[in-house]
Amino acid sequence: MKPATDTGEQHLLSYTALALVLAALLVLTGITIWVSYHDLGAFNVPLTLAIASTKVSLVLLFFMHLKYEGRAITLSFVGTICFLAIMIGFIFWDVAYR
Amino acid sequence: MTSGRDQTGIRIGMWLFLYTEIILFGGLFVLYAAYFHEYPKAFAEYGKELNRVIGAANTVLLLASSFTVAASITALRQHSKRLCLGFLAISLGCGAIFLVNKYFEWGHKFAIGLYPNSKALAGAPPGKNIFFGLYYVITGLHGLHVIIGMTLLAISLVMVHNNRITAQRYALLENSGLYWHLVDLIWIFVFPLFYLIL
Repeated sequence: MKPATDTGEQHLLSYTALALVLAALLVLTGITIWVSYHDLGAFNVPLTLAIASTKVSLVLLFFMHLKYEGRAITLSFVGTICFLAIMIGFIFWDVAYR
Repeated sequence: MTSGRDQTGIRIGMWLFLYTEIILFGGLFVLYAAYFHEYPKAFAEYGKELNRVIGAANTVLLLASSFTVAASITALRQHSKRLCLGFLAISLGCGAIFLVNKYFEWGHKFAIGLYPNSKALAGAPPGKNIFFGLYYVITGLHGLHVIIGMTLLAISLVMVHNNRITAQRYALLENSGLYWHLVDLIWIFVFPLFYLIL
């Protein structure tokens, strides 16, 4: 078996690692549902989005192997998120101060 | 025997496509956020009309199927073809149950007259109309992605069975998996935005 980096093959994750990620995702889903039944005022939306972002990061990093990818994919992904942030940021800027 | 095939290149191609999908749904989420800012009370009120239990069940189904798809690649690369086929079959099953749940959910909404251009919505205040409009567009487009993802997984399953996807050559399974995880990612945002807003 050659090292994964030499062949361009995707990193191989063990069942245990994948199961741990799934467990974390299910726990976070439970927390977000629990939180939704409690009114936290101004923290409602930020907390819900923070939990969703954590879940998305777990899926991206481990299920989609982003943690183990080379520079081309990592940088282009970060670039996409930057463009998304620009789109969201500027529209909010407009909507909030209209 | 991996020489002659650029596995990284194949994945980069898939990721480039996924970026366009991220921007597509990102645009819809911006639309949602802008109208949430405009009608926060209406969105919170009508969000409660959606069935949280079905929403939560569908979240668990998609998360579990994402795990089984990732595990199927591990199984294939460890040369356990039967396990790989089993994992893929479970993923397809989860996708199918997701769609059945969606059918009952939409069916219930249609039964109580909440569908685009229905009498109940056409005369409703703008917040209600927009909330359910966004609900149908976003969950509908997501449902379409579930169907496409299931098709890709089904093709992969048949090709694994016929030994056309092997432990040495599994780019199609890998890319179908990436697509399926993207479907999961989108749902992770759809679920709290529509079902859980207060």
